[in-house]
Amino acid sequence: MTVETSLLQSLRDGDVDAFTWLVEQYHTSLVRLARIYVHNTVIAEELAQETWLAVLQGLDRFEGRSSLKTWIFSILTNKAKTRSQRENRSVSYTDLEESLHASHEPTVDPSRFNSPAAERLPNHWAVNPVSWEGIPEEILLSQETMNLVRQAINELPEHQRTVITLRDMNELSSQEICNILGISETNQRVLLHRARASVRQTLEEHLQPET
Amino acid sequence: MDEKMACKELVELVTEYLEGNLPDETRLRFEQHLSGCAGCTAYLEQMRQTIRLTGRLREESLTPQQQDELLKLFRDWKKA
Ligand SMILES: [Zn+2]
Repeated sequence: MTVETSLLQSLRDGDVDAFTWLVEQYHTSLVRLARIYVHNTVIAEELAQETWLAVLQGLDRFEGRSSLKTWIFSILTNKAKTRSQRENRSVSYTDLEESLHASHEPTVDPSRFNSPAAERLPNHWAVNPVSWEGIPEEILLSQETMNLVRQAINELPEHQRTVITLRDMNELSSQEICNILGISETNQRVLLHRARASVRQTLEEHLQPET
Repeated sequence: MDEKMACKELVELVTEYLEGNLPDETRLRFEQHLSGCAGCTAYLEQMRQTIRLTGRLREESLTPQQQDELLKLFRDWKKA
């Protein structure tokens, strides 16, 4: 029996621990994803709750043709789309367009590199980034660092935030993310790259060793 | 085209590289550059760490209010 089938069995049996585990894995991401469509945290939270109810009620019908997480996210997406249509609010693609429009802009400050016209090593790092390899785990994983990562993600434009959440937090495949968000693979990678680069930038400023 | 890749170019390809999405020829130039560049090696490692730390956020707990509401939802479903 795979982990997923045993998880499903526990859920069908009404095992509260199985349910708790599942909501801890995905609830935050569901709320984030919903916010893309409804632009309102309270409604997003409601939609995520409605999704969990639909998951529980649909357990017996779930045939495992997709993975459990893909199924959960697609329920949310459908509900969020319906809700935003009902409220006559179309999905705002502004931030998506902005992110994609900026796709040719550098994600690393150009001043970090030698000028393209430099005689020696043009476009090479002016000063190399400092390796984080010597940083102890207790600093990397400290509450302070994790708060910073969370905050950096929260401040990203909606689509970037959602893509990095689904990909790097929930480990959905890029194909699954494209289906959920209705974007192309290329656009998905652009959003992911910009999101990761922003978070890295924040971390770099924080982890910079004192000099 | 066997022009050398510049650091400025490499940093924009990191996600494509990690996603296994670079064409063979570009991936080769990427790796050749990397083998001789401490700055880009550090940059790639930083991006990998960024991804790892983001993954850690998944294990964060929900607010007590969220927990309560979701547990209530579960109990109501079970009763039904
Ligand atoms: Zn380099």
